Amino acid sequence: MEALKENIVGSLNRFFTEVGNILLFTGQVIRQFFSAPFEFKELIRQGYYIGNKTLPLIAITGFIMGLVLTLQSRPVMVDFGAESLLPGMIAISIIREIGPVITALLCAGKISSGIGAELGAMKVTEQLDAMEVSGAKPLNYVVATRVMATTILVPILVFFADAIGLFGSFAALNMREDISLRLFFSQAFDSLSFADVIPATIKTVFFGFFIGLIGSYKGYTADRGTESVGLSANSAVVTASLVIFIIDLIAVQISELIYGF
Amino acid sequence: METVIEIKHLEKSFDQLAVLTDINLKLERGENLAILGKSGTGKSVLTKCIVRLVQADKGEILVLGNDILKMDDEQLNETRKKVGYLFQGGALYDSMTVRQNLEFQIRRTQMEKKKKELRELVEESLENVGLADAINKMPAELSGGMKKRIGLARTLILKPQIILYDEPTTGLDPVTSGEISELILQVQEKYNTSSIIITHDMKCAKMTANQLKIMKDGKFYAEGTFSQLSESDDQEVKAYFS
Repeated sequence: MEALKENIVGSLNRFFTEVGNILLFTGQVIRQFFSAPFEFKELIRQGYYIGNKTLPLIAITGFIMGLVLTLQSRPVMVDFGAESLLPGMIAISIIREIGPVITALLCAGKISSGIGAELGAMKVTEQLDAMEVSGAKPLNYVVATRVMATTILVPILVFFADAIGLFGSFAALNMREDISLRLFFSQAFDSLSFADVIPATIKTVFFGFFIGLIGSYKGYTADRGTESVGLSANSAVVTASLVIFIIDLIAVQISELIYGF
Repeated sequence: METVIEIKHLEKSFDQLAVLTDINLKLERGENLAILGKSGTGKSVLTKCIVRLVQADKGEILVLGNDILKMDDEQLNETRKKVGYLFQGGALYDSMTVRQNLEFQIRRTQMEKKKKELRELVEESLENVGLADAINKMPAELSGGMKKRIGLARTLILKPQIILYDEPTTGLDPVTSGEISELILQVQEKYNTSSIIITHDMKCAKMTANQLKIMKDGKFYAEGTFSQLSESDDQEVKAYFS
């Protein structure tokens, strides 16, 4: 019993220490956003890398997401005689929830782990220390640019995934019935309002920020030794995914308070 | 003589493990000090404390007259620019070419320079270490010795007053080790730098150092010139020269 109590206290202690360290790191990174020198070239390089490497994955997943969602929802809607509501329902589902969350989780797997592994390797090979001791501010050059790039790029990737997802939905619907692209998108957008789009977009900015931040934190604080590179990558994915769900939960509560849904 | 580094009663522990205990040290301008000791005696931790990569628990570390432990971030960065650090593996940025590695150092730490001036600085630094041909290579294409030379060139480009060498000859063949030791001497003569050289390599210590200190269990166990220590009757000291 005593051992169990010690275990729980130890785990809680580690958890809160980690949360505290992440908050401290967040503060340091945000400060770097506004401190010179601003590395615009590195930001563009990271943005290109993140966007370019993730786009095919997001496109395929987005298309399949829309297709499967439509194929599985259609029989129920047909049973209720509400087939015409299907494009609207799919649009709301994708834009409000499924598009942002699935895309963010994919980005956590691809981008956050990549950043975690890259920075972890830089830490192990003392590249970050070399920048630090020469006064080159690695937090500014390496971390701030990556976090800023994910903060900008993830909302764009989500927007792209949403659009491809709707095309997937149209393809699925077109397999079962004759519907024009114009009619599909007209029905889809008729059921959307700013209250659906704005909160979803705002939360993707936070998703992007934390995907970059968690990956950077895990890599930046990696222990010495090659094993820690893998651990950083792995831990970055797990933590970023968890944070995405927590942000989503908070966003839903806030949306409900503001818009009443 | 001007003292460039002075350490008084330095202590550092990791959890309950005391790594450095009551360390006192003085480094004069133009002096090369070699620190010897078995692995795990705290040699690298000591050099990392000097540039505050590791935060010391107690004591004073005066670098160029200012206590590094009491500096704010801005002062620390300014002081670090005057202290070069050569890491064991060179620590080259592996996503950049050799040229970019050197340019990065200038670009991130000094005022804007004209392209021509920057190119000349890079070329001069590479010529100093005898690797002008490697300018467009990636770090992955370089041998261990070349990486250390480029690492030294990257350090030299900022014209530091003090250089800390962390095991500069470890993992190199005897010929390349000799070349690196020779290079350390050349740098000291050309730029009048002061250096602390962490090493296991007695040949390197003999060639480069004016003074030697031997560390044991986080303390300085013995000190003197190479010839003084080599004639010591102490068995622990003798072991290094056998």
